[in-house]
Formats: sequence, C-alpha cells, structure tokens
Amino acid sequence: MAVLAPPSGIVGAPRLRPQWVTLLGAAVRTRRGAIGVSLAGSVVLMAVIGPFVAPYSPDQTVTFPFAGPSSQYLLGSDQLGRDVLSRVLAGGWELLLMALAATVFGVLIGAAAGISAAYLRGRIDGLIMRTVDVLLAFPQLVFALLLVSIIGPKIWLIIVAVGFTHAPAVARVIRSAALEVTERDYVKSVELQGVRPAKVMISEILPNLVSPLMVESGLRFTYSIVLMAGLSFLGFGLPPPAPNWGYMIQENRIGLSLNVWAVAVPAILIALLTIGINTFTDSVARVAIGVESRPEEALIEEEGIRE
Amino acid sequence: MAADQNSAQAPALWRDDHPIAALIGLRAAIGVVTLFVVSIVVFLATEVLPGNAAYSVLGHSATPQSLKALEIQLHLNRGLFEQYWLWLSGLLTGRLGNSLANGQAVWGQVAPRLVNSAVLVVGAGLIGTFLGVLLGAIAALRKDGWFDHVSSVVSLAVTSLPEFVVAIVLIILFATVVLHLLPAVAPVAPGTYAWSQPRLLVLPVATLVIVIIPYIQRMMRAAMIEALESDYVEMARLKGVPEWQIVLAHAFPNSIAPTIQVIGLTFLYLAGGIVIVEEVFNFPGIGQGLVNAVSDRDIPVIQFVVVVLAAFYVFMNIVTDVIALLVSPRRRIAR
Repeated sequence: MAVLAPPSGIVGAPRLRPQWVTLLGAAVRTRRGAIGVSLAGSVVLMAVIGPFVAPYSPDQTVTFPFAGPSSQYLLGSDQLGRDVLSRVLAGGWELLLMALAATVFGVLIGAAAGISAAYLRGRIDGLIMRTVDVLLAFPQLVFALLLVSIIGPKIWLIIVAVGFTHAPAVARVIRSAALEVTERDYVKSVELQGVRPAKVMISEILPNLVSPLMVESGLRFTYSIVLMAGLSFLGFGLPPPAPNWGYMIQENRIGLSLNVWAVAVPAILIALLTIGINTFTDSVARVAIGVESRPEEALIEEEGIRE
Repeated sequence: MAADQNSAQAPALWRDDHPIAALIGLRAAIGVVTLFVVSIVVFLATEVLPGNAAYSVLGHSATPQSLKALEIQLHLNRGLFEQYWLWLSGLLTGRLGNSLANGQAVWGQVAPRLVNSAVLVVGAGLIGTFLGVLLGAIAALRKDGWFDHVSSVVSLAVTSLPEFVVAIVLIILFATVVLHLLPAVAPVAPGTYAWSQPRLLVLPVATLVIVIIPYIQRMMRAAMIEALESDYVEMARLKGVPEWQIVLAHAFPNSIAPTIQVIGLTFLYLAGGIVIVEEVFNFPGIGQGLVNAVSDRDIPVIQFVVVVLAAFYVFMNIVTDVIALLVSPRRRIAR
C-alpha cells in the first residue's frame, strides 16, 4: 500500500511513509485532534487496565443497594449492592472490542461493495446501489433490533448486526469517492495491460481511498459505540450479570435519587469516548481535505445524518 | 415552498412543469418498489431465517399441540410464497392478525402508539427545526464570534452522544437529582393521547430536539455564510439596502433552501431515534412497542412496526428529494 500510494496531498510528507500514518500524525498535531485523542485515549486506557485494578469483583454484592459514595466504595453501590467503581472499571473493554469488530466488519463490506459498484459499473453497480437503497430504508437501530430479535442476543450476532447496518452508508460514500479514481489515466493503463479487475480494485483504487476510509471508520466507530451501548441499554446486549456501561444505566436508573453515580459515571464515560473519537475523526477529515474547515454541505452529504 | 419567496426561480420552476411531475412520479414508483422489497426482507428475516418461527417463539416450553396451533396461526403450514402473500395482503387490507404476546389485534395495539409517536416526532421536528435555523443564522451573522465558536464545539459534541445519555442528563438535571421540575417518566395512560398531558412530553421532546439541532444548525450556518458572501448580497449592500432587510429578504430565503434537505434527513433520523428515547421515558409509542415486541418475540407486531418505520423512511426520502428538486434547478436532471 505504501509504495503504491501516490505522493500524499500533504506538503513535505516523506514519500515512503504510509499515507494513513501521515494523516494520523498530522491530525494528532491539531488542537482538536489532540483533545480528541486524549479524551478517547484515557477512556480506552481505563477500560483496558480497569479489570485488573478493580477493588472488588464486579458481580459480588458488597453492601446494601444504592448506597451513596463512601471511603470504602468510592462511587457507592448499584441496585444489587455491587461496587459501582468495580463494575465501571470492568465494564468497558467488551463494549470497545465489540464496537471495534463491528466497525471493521461494516467498513470492509461497505468498502468492498462501494469500490465494486464504482469500478464494475453497469448492472453490478445498479444491483449493489439498489440493495443499499433498500437497506437504508431501515433506521440503523431498528435493523439491528430486527436481526437480534431473530436469533437472540449473542455476541457475534450483535457485532454482525451492528456492522451490517453500517455497510450501506459506507458503500455510498466509498462509491462516490471511488468513481473519480476509476477515471484516472493510470487505472486505464493498468486495465489495458490486462490486469484482473479484482487486482485493479485492490492495488490501484483502494490505496487512493485512504482518507475517506479513515474518516468513515472513525464515524462508524463512534456510531458503533452509540448503537452497541444503545442495544445494551435496551437490554439486548450481553446478558447480565456481565458489567456493561449501557446496561448499567438501564438497571440503575430506578435508584437515580439514591446514588446518582451508578448512572452518571457510565453515561459520562460513554460520552467522553464518543465525543473523543468523533472530535479526532473531525480533525482527520479536516487534515485529509487540506482546508481548515471542511464544507458543511459535503460533510452532511458524506455522513448523512446518524441513521 | 421556499421557492415561492424567490421570484427569480419561479419562472424556471413552472416552465418545465411536466418533466418535474415525471421525476416525482419516478421517485414515487421507486419508493413503492423499495417498500415492496423491504416487505420481503422483513418477512424473510422474521419468518424464514430462524428455521421455525413457531419454535423460536415458544422456545423450550413448546409442546407438539401448541407448536401446531401457532404454526397454523402464523400460516407456517403453507408454502413460502403463499405465506408471504397472506401476510402482505393482510398488511395492505389492515387485517394484521393478533399479537402473540396478549392475543389482541395488532392494529388496535399499535394505532394509539402510532399517534403518540407522531406527536413526539412532529413536536420535536418542528421545535428542532425552528431552533436549529435560528441558531444557525445567528452563528452565521456573528461568524467567528464567541457564539459561533461555542456552538461549533457544542454541536460536534452533541452529535457524538447517544440519545439515552442526553436523556439521562436531562432526567438528572430536571427530574430527579438537581431539580424536581418535571416528571422523569412519561407513561401516557392508555386511552388518552400524549397531547393531553404536555408536561409529560417536555423531557422526551427536549431530548430529541437537542439531538437534532446541531445538524440543522451547521447546515443553516454554512448556507447563510455562503449567501451573505454572494454577489447579490454585495449588490444589495452597495444599493444601500438596510442590513436587516438584506438578512431577511435575501440571505435567509436562499439559505433555507439547502437546509430543507437536512431537515428532511432529521425527520428520517427521528424515526429511529424515538426507539431509545421512548424506552428511557417509558413513553407508549411505537418505539417502545417495538422493544417490547422484540423482548416477547411478538412477530406480527415486530413485522408491522418495522414496515411502518421503513415506510415512513421511504416516504420522507421522497418528500426530501422532491423538495430538493423544487428548490434547486441543478438537481432536476435524473441521477
């Protein structure tokens, strides 16, 4: 990928460094990018080391339900008298991993469909894009709920369901970005040498879509977390008693006036995580397009509205 | 609608009346076909994929007799095509069958929820549109001022938040911990409609409004800035037209046009956004109905609600497309 990528749009970028590394580096150096990375990074760090430093077992009843914060239980207890701090520390990594897997799955399928539609044109393009139209007629959460309702809440199914709901929107964006690339002269020249279509798509077209792919991945990662946390909140995530930020909000909100932290802390962590990732994605988009503020109309056509 | 205020566009708009009507017809036809395919997808997903739907509903408590009875109720003993035909014709003629959870007619159960959800969507959509347009216009007029900067950061943050986080924050602030001004849940009593108890509606509507404002506000800001920097505004300024008149008579109508499409997208978003918000506030709308139906594996209700939401989606898509077509002549060529 690195060798095939054309000289990157960023002035002075070393030619051999992969474009995505250059982009990430440039985005981190912007003010917004730095803020986004530190917000999301600290939540991720907490989710990763959390399970090892939790003072109590997340499933163990240690005191009475909805106890307020004390020196022994810093964030108080939840509806079953379990330590909120321990559950918060232990309940993040699964959400993160599942959201990551769903994002990779959705972006891969969407990008494959979008590039194929743009390159192969004709009937295949029509077939793919009409399928996209039909799938986009379902609100994302509703579609995920529909899939989960069929087989029941299983980890792999939630990942596949959430990822799959991303695919049509990704396909649309990548197709429109790839259309212009397929028209370029070097693609035509490779074609004339008789290179197979699959190889043209992977080694000639894909490397030119690094920036839209990165922006899409960032957006979809944010939405994956939103959707996954939403599904858990609705009770269709991992079955209890596994600690999970989304479900913690649901199960503890009846005790809001007794121990607000059992709800507020998971909510704040989800918020910091999604705000951080989205802010960083925004700065990647700004760097990739090369202007200080990207045109809003393009932005909205690109991302649509959260479906 | 915005085109009426814009006399420059009006002649171009009515001159080629028929091509536009044809395009609208085409869009509508594509919409009908899409809905038809959507109904097949929903049908296949809920009745065929899991093997036997009757077994998945009854689970381990299934006895041969109860399985048999449910198979007949769901027409599972017929051929696939016949099953689909029976279901589709029932859907089109309003004979939706009975809920598996409580045996009542699906329509009687879903109809009041539809009304409640419509109140929520229309209320939030209108208020959000008004505030979004207003805030976007203010940000554009004071470009690079403190309001512009603050609102740009806030809108980026809000667009990344899950709806239930916004809802929980509102509940903590206004209904439980900090203040006790409003009810934390909105369980509209059966037999009454949502508009009869406006106090219950405040927090659910506010949640949705907060979530949709940023999209409209950003678009309005961008369009308004473009309009304010355009040649016709420059011309008006040179002629000595007062600034308030420039804003209201020139910049505003021209920037509302591109914003309309985003407003349409916002209504699309609301169709999915109500699911979680209704669940948080225990509000009896179709979103909550869907969540309950999924918990109970109540297949007839799931099918109907999903088709209704998809139909709303397709319909709003057409409306948005048509309005976009009417306000910007460039798009009138079929894609």
